[in-house]
Amino acid sequence: MKRHVLHPLWVAIGLVGLIFLARLFVVPDDFGVHGDSFTYNYHRLSNVQEWRDFPVKYQGRDSCVECHEDNVRTQRRGPHKRIQCENCHGPSGPSGNHPDEEEYLPLNKERALCMRCHASLEYPDAARSDLPSIHDRRHKRRRECVECHNPHDPREDVE
Amino acid sequence: MSCSRRDFLKDAVSGAAATVLPLSAFVFLTTDEAKAAIAEAKVRWAFLVDTTKCVGCGLCVTACKNENEIPYDAPVTRTWVERYVVTTDGRTLADSPDGGRDGFTTGTIRDEEIDPENVAKAFFVPKLCNQCDNPACVQVCPVGATYQTHDGVVLIDREWCIGCGYCIMACPYGVRFFHPEHKVADKCNFCYHRITKGMQPACVDSCAFGARRIANLRDPDDPVTQIITTERVAVLKDEYGTKPHVFYIGLDASVR
Repeated sequence: MKRHVLHPLWVAIGLVGLIFLARLFVVPDDFGVHGDSFTYNYHRLSNVQEWRDFPVKYQGRDSCVECHEDNVRTQRRGPHKRIQCENCHGPSGPSGNHPDEEEYLPLNKERALCMRCHASLEYPDAARSDLPSIHDRRHKRRRECVECHNPHDPREDVE
Repeated sequence: MSCSRRDFLKDAVSGAAATVLPLSAFVFLTTDEAKAAIAEAKVRWAFLVDTTKCVGCGLCVTACKNENEIPYDAPVTRTWVERYVVTTDGRTLADSPDGGRDGFTTGTIRDEEIDPENVAKAFFVPKLCNQCDNPACVQVCPVGATYQTHDGVVLIDREWCIGCGYCIMACPYGVRFFHPEHKVADKCNFCYHRITKGMQPACVDSCAFGARRIANLRDPDDPVTQIITTERVAVLKDEYGTKPHVFYIGLDASVR
């Protein structure tokens, strides 16, 4: 073959070789097919553990009961028993990390929070219609619900 | 340059063999790897949504955003709640303001006031990643940044994702979005950090009505698995062949 053909050819082969060499260093050792399918299981294995280590924020009522037994007991006997504490009080896990770093959680007392379930939508036969509901404009406008209703057991009035 | 017929045939055959023979044929699992693969296969996560129980409070969306560090005011979310209203004259209206993050508190849909008298049926449909058995989003990833784990959950490698957005386009359910802070694709992963610790996903915990539940399909004693296997459940967009693993009770034909 002539030189003007061979020279670019060697350059091209060299470049491909360089890419393979770079790949050796850039691609992590645990990158490959981890499972039975190249299509779906081709990935970096350590990423699975990275996702497992993602911090948990919502710790659940069982962690609240350790210190706040009274409130949890009140809440468990009322119609709000299936609502998690952290839905209103905010997540107690990392960033807040209650009670070690942050003594008080950002409690949401807004009327808007109650209205998520208790604003009347008047839909036929929907689960929403079974809940006690109000028309926002007709019921104690501009007052927070928790001024009168005890959120832990709404059958009680606030002391 | 000369080339005999014999040489040509030899090269052609050996060349074709080298191309066709898959490299994976040379990969052997070590004993530990094989054991790990079998142990992991005892779990296949699935999700059950009971649309008849959802009241559209949106607390699941709030909890999901806080739990998974999705910017609260950005117009992206890993899970969302859609409201469907079918009127007596046959129109279907649907909305999901901010993904239902603040709940549904008025009867107005897309600036249209609907008279409750004209509502034939209305319901809420929570949506999240379907963790498909044949995930289209994984097939299109050019760099191997998204993949399916042994327990069926599709994850995204934030270090490896180049943010090209192919997967966002490929998902028939529109669950993927571009994370505004990490600059990579993002989506629901059933709260992988929680379910692998024996906890429930944040949206499941925050739902006061039991509309959202998580199941391990490989565990026949799992009460939610029993509902999925013995009761009448539906999936979204079955015709796409993605084999979605979020099952719905009370799914209406108007839901897209």
